[in-house]
Amino acid sequence: MTPAAEYYQRDPNRHAPALTPGYKTSVARSPRYAPISLEQTVSEITGPTFGHADLGPLDHDLIKNYATTGDPIGERIILHGRVLDENARPVPGTLVEIWQANAGGRYRHKKDSYLAPIDPNFGGCGRTMTDDQGYYFFRTVKPGAYPWRNMVNNWRPAHIHVSVFGASFSQRLITQLYFEGDPLIPLCPIVQTIPDPDAIQALIARLDMNASIPLDSIAYRFDIVLRGRRSTLFENRLEG
Amino acid sequence: MTQLPYLKETPSQTAGPYVHIGLAPGAAGFDIYDRELGHDIAGPNAKGERIRVEGLVIDGTGSPIKDVMLEAWQANATGHYAHPEGGGPVEDGFRGWGRVITDFATGEWAFDTVKPGPVPGRNGTVQAPHITLWIVARGINIGLTTRLYFDDEAAANAADPVLNLIEWERRRPSLIACRRDVNGKPVYRFDIRIQGEDETVFFDI
Repeated sequence: MTPAAEYYQRDPNRHAPALTPGYKTSVARSPRYAPISLEQTVSEITGPTFGHADLGPLDHDLIKNYATTGDPIGERIILHGRVLDENARPVPGTLVEIWQANAGGRYRHKKDSYLAPIDPNFGGCGRTMTDDQGYYFFRTVKPGAYPWRNMVNNWRPAHIHVSVFGASFSQRLITQLYFEGDPLIPLCPIVQTIPDPDAIQALIARLDMNASIPLDSIAYRFDIVLRGRRSTLFENRLEG
Repeated sequence: MTQLPYLKETPSQTAGPYVHIGLAPGAAGFDIYDRELGHDIAGPNAKGERIRVEGLVIDGTGSPIKDVMLEAWQANATGHYAHPEGGGPVEDGFRGWGRVITDFATGEWAFDTVKPGPVPGRNGTVQAPHITLWIVARGINIGLTTRLYFDDEAAANAADPVLNLIEWERRRPSLIACRRDVNGKPVYRFDIRIQGEDETVFFDI
């Protein structure tokens, strides 16, 4: 059997280390030993696949997908972009899931007790599949900042959590996106877990006036890059 | 120096305490999707032995992590993954992927599936039956990947190229789930220790 093409090794300097004491919860939840690096096998180069049958028609529209008495409160935004790999190739047909607080900074979660109110018309989660060009979009409201227990006066910048699969389990990624111009970004201990300033910039969605809908919604652009894959050039040449 | 035109991977950030809202909203306390993903790993038609896997994820203080989410990825009983490069066909409805949420009060988690078969390794080797697990939670900056092996596969485990790659033999048992029968059904226990004595082996895949 021809060895399957592998994914490029992950650059650890692009990510936060496991132990980041400024983000206190990481201290007891970080392995002390180094992970063992595996040469990939079929277990790592495969991963779950999804289809449109898995999704409902409003899943990508957080303004409508939980609304009952009207639209949710908040600044209406379009969140859009492409999922690419490190070779700059689009990642088509992959599942993108998001979750977020409402415009007041409150999550619809039984463990969230922040005093800002639940919005009866806002659930706070959405999902979609990328198209043939790796493109995705959501409609939602801009989430609010909120306080959290780390030091006594830490506030999370407005953010949206993003989960992406790619084509293999080795590409699996969960991250958070922030909004251009938010002064809380450089103050956030979770943002600061990432040592590389360029990498932090990659988590900031950019205001995209050209994609906004006049008199309706403002747009932010967030491109996502998953690990790239080695070319199977050698075998292709033999066959070609 | 000229840079080659590769893009760089988007950095990971913690899934946070409210991961359930996005990925398992039923567990967060509300119903929004017609169909939540990842509840049924094997489907009704999968051949092979029906098993349950259960455990805790334990932090460095010895306490269960109650807000963790796991994802499982496995082959079917004949060693095929539900993927175009998965080695062969799978039963209708077999996805091989699941999402696993803890009981918020105790941290206990469990999932039902079929026991996977052996799958090919590199260079003509055979990998013992295993389930890949990916662990995210508040305080975990980038998802942790590990493998679950089965204690009733001793011969296959002894020949497994990944287990044998672990230089420290005393760490290998951290990847082996222990079987017992509960009401006639096989249940494998797999406690994951994020840190501390007997820390589970994690992989950079």
